[in-house]
Amino acid sequence: MSTESLIFEKGAPGRTAAELPALDVPARALSELVPSALLRTEPAPLPEVSEIEVVRHYTHLSQRNFSVDSGFYPLGSCTMKYNPKLNEDMAALPGFAALHPLQDASQVQGALQLLYDLESYLCEISGMKRVTLQPSAGAHGEITGLMIIKAYHRNRNEQHRNVVLIPDGAHGTNPASASLAGYQTAELKSDARGGVDVHHLEQVLAQHEGKIAALMMTNPNTLGVFDENIIEIARRVHDAGGQLYYDGANANAIMGIARPGDMGFDVVHFNLHKTTSTPHGGGGPGSGPVGVAEHLVPFIPGPLPARDANGVYSWQDAGPLSIGRVRANWGNFLVLVRAFTYIRFNGPDGLRHVSESAVLNANYVMRALQDVYELPYDRTCMHEFVVSANRQKRHGVHALDIGKRLLDFGIHAPTTYFPLIVPEALMIEPTETETRETLDNFIAVMRQIAEEAENNPQVVLDAPHDSPVGRLDQTLAARKPDLRWQPAVTND
Amino acid sequence: MTYVPNTATEQHEMLRAVGAEKIEDLLTAIPEQIRLTKLLDLPPALSEPEIRRLMTRLSERNVDLSHAISFLGAGSYDHYVPSVVPHLVKRSEFYTSYTPYQPEVSQGMLQAMYEYQTMICQITGMDVANASLYDGSTGVVEAALLAVGPRDTGEVLVSRALDPQYRATLQTYADVRGFTVREIALEDGATSASALEAALTPETRAVVIQHPNFFGTLEDVHTLEQIIHRSGAIFVLAFSEPVSLAVLAPPGDYGADIVVGEGQTLGSPLGYGGPALGIFASRSQYLRQLPGRLVGKTVDNRGQTGYVLTLQTREQHIRRERATSNICTNQALLALAATVYLATMGKEGFRQVGEQCLQKAHYAQERITALPGFAPLFSRPFFDEFAVTTPVPAAALNAALRQRGIIGGYDLGLDYPEYDNAVLFCVTESRTRADIDELVAALEEIAGETHEH
Repeated sequence: MSTESLIFEKGAPGRTAAELPALDVPARALSELVPSALLRTEPAPLPEVSEIEVVRHYTHLSQRNFSVDSGFYPLGSCTMKYNPKLNEDMAALPGFAALHPLQDASQVQGALQLLYDLESYLCEISGMKRVTLQPSAGAHGEITGLMIIKAYHRNRNEQHRNVVLIPDGAHGTNPASASLAGYQTAELKSDARGGVDVHHLEQVLAQHEGKIAALMMTNPNTLGVFDENIIEIARRVHDAGGQLYYDGANANAIMGIARPGDMGFDVVHFNLHKTTSTPHGGGGPGSGPVGVAEHLVPFIPGPLPARDANGVYSWQDAGPLSIGRVRANWGNFLVLVRAFTYIRFNGPDGLRHVSESAVLNANYVMRALQDVYELPYDRTCMHEFVVSANRQKRHGVHALDIGKRLLDFGIHAPTTYFPLIVPEALMIEPTETETRETLDNFIAVMRQIAEEAENNPQVVLDAPHDSPVGRLDQTLAARKPDLRWQPAVTND
Repeated sequence: MTYVPNTATEQHEMLRAVGAEKIEDLLTAIPEQIRLTKLLDLPPALSEPEIRRLMTRLSERNVDLSHAISFLGAGSYDHYVPSVVPHLVKRSEFYTSYTPYQPEVSQGMLQAMYEYQTMICQITGMDVANASLYDGSTGVVEAALLAVGPRDTGEVLVSRALDPQYRATLQTYADVRGFTVREIALEDGATSASALEAALTPETRAVVIQHPNFFGTLEDVHTLEQIIHRSGAIFVLAFSEPVSLAVLAPPGDYGADIVVGEGQTLGSPLGYGGPALGIFASRSQYLRQLPGRLVGKTVDNRGQTGYVLTLQTREQHIRRERATSNICTNQALLALAATVYLATMGKEGFRQVGEQCLQKAHYAQERITALPGFAPLFSRPFFDEFAVTTPVPAAALNAALRQRGIIGGYDLGLDYPEYDNAVLFCVTESRTRADIDELVAALEEIAGETHEH
């Protein structure tokens, strides 16, 4: 398949896809309005293309992009579930899409009511007291939650608490966020069942006595395993003076089944772009609201949506102990509109059915693969599970190759080489929105690939065969970074 | 209904296939005492038509910009978005994809991001740009973090004319990281060169100047650049109105080291302020310290050109606690919208948008400040926003405008006590002369009424 040229290589001088109304105020010389030294000497060298060229170009690009709407996307920890079209329509309503963030509260009562209600829904789902809707994505939620914890400790004159505990299977954002919040990190080992090794936790707590700020956990964790010792873990961390942080990346497993608040967590972040079906947009926008238990409410970012006795909504400034705002304006509002739509559509029984079905689908696939792929933690999983390509590795086929071979069958690769504690990891999250036939097909393809790995490894190693491009030279990209197009230099 | 396709019968068969009788058999790892025994206390499920009715009603409790004439800017700008932009951005191959971790089947998004990075360099005059951050405010934060480094040494100076929300966001991060942020005083609505000179110390790692600044005023960037670079600090140029780059000299030309700003208005709806688009560009010397994702060009094993996420050793999923930033999900879809918007407007269209903003804002400013009781707050040049003092308290003025179907300017007294009774008006290319004349007539009338009382 041929490659698509860049938009800069298309068009011709003078072409444009835009037409503005004629200027209807008296035109003045620009230099009369702005000192020449501050003006451009020539227009920015943007493309000169017609509308049909723009449309064809980006349509072609879209056709070179795998998506949930085109096929099964079992990318572990990313919850690539179906993104309902209804959500898109609701977010496009002009009464939401065409609002200026600084409009007077009297003109945005509907938006404020939506945010106020969404906050209460998220409180109920997580078992938290209040939720800030500001954070833009999961990692933004993490740093926000850690800043809240830091402010809490400072307020108790315990600023010396500078260690955040992170299990060895955690998402990379956890240690990165802890470090960004100015914390040292200490790693917790997993036990033989895939949960936090409580004995090791005890040792690490003792080793950093008086210094523990928090433990960051996902539950279920990145192995898709629910940590059955969670109550014990929470007790020990709290006894050591630490706070418990819930990474909500895997919350699709627990809606209506269990709540982080009841497990003992003090802070929770949501990934609304995972759990509540808002689209990932090729890498964003997400939305990462943060919920907190009652003792942390004074520290959360403001302003927060409020409702008075007459049902009038407004923005209420945060109190004096608040960490302050973590971004401009109120959050990724149009993502929040989609999440609100999804929660109202499903209702409490629907949300529970979503999580139960996600768990069932994952177990169904796991059990059908465990005889051909090594299952390092052989126990009932939650919404996702991890297998290892250890057996296939004996034939020179790695997790990466299996992922690439799946692409030939119109299936996206699972998350590979993560979590780090499983060698040759393939992390598989089917989600609840897939039919049994899709799962059966995936199982059949995975079994075929295992068979190929043994009998015809080259076909796996050479994959993908049918994609627009083959395997790409990552080393070249990093060694000689080419991060932008430049016009060819003409020698005349 | 939910979006779960499998029927109860099918689910029962699937349960049996995994050796379970009921779903609870799969949940035994969750201790009994924390398992919910009743449904969540949420409103009952609604059907699609019911949701549509509910949401339409909620949305109609808002006064949106299609039902009012808006002169509100102050960080968010109402520019026209051609139909072609949402049509292409809403192609579900784009919006239902994940971060392009499998480049062989993600060339569409990767190439679009490469084009985005190029266009950001084209409008800013910088060497490299990343594939987006959350918004303008967190862009300023990332620039400051780059400047102070992982050890948080030194301090960052910010102009008092930097968007108050950006300053507040930076302060939140500075508090937790322990570096100092100090403000540089203003003079006639722009950063004071002498105050900057006096504020710089050997500890100053970066200076953040917004241009056009929060008041729409153009900064004397050439003079400020010389002062900043004499001190050895990093010159961070911030913007909240990207359309200004259509007309104003690109920051690369006057020596900015890092350029950060808000790009939402390039092709995406205002959406009550989010999702937004954080733009981050810099000189090539900072390449390996950049936050966020970068897309690079390379070749595949068939000799074809292709694109990949590159220099990932800076990022959290590889480097974990030593990453340059914790950012993971960014604002890719808005970056795509900006790419399509800039391609659609193109060289000539983008210039025209910028010039129309400039011309219309100046027409409006002249007409408003000719009214009795209204005067320019500052005398410096501006782009598409300007501050005026008003004969009526700003809040009362805006309330009276709302009654006339007009969204007035931003009440500067909310953030700048020293500028009480001053309003910041914004006029983009989306406003017509008739809109402006209507505003002028309304202001005259409101001021007159108040005068009579």
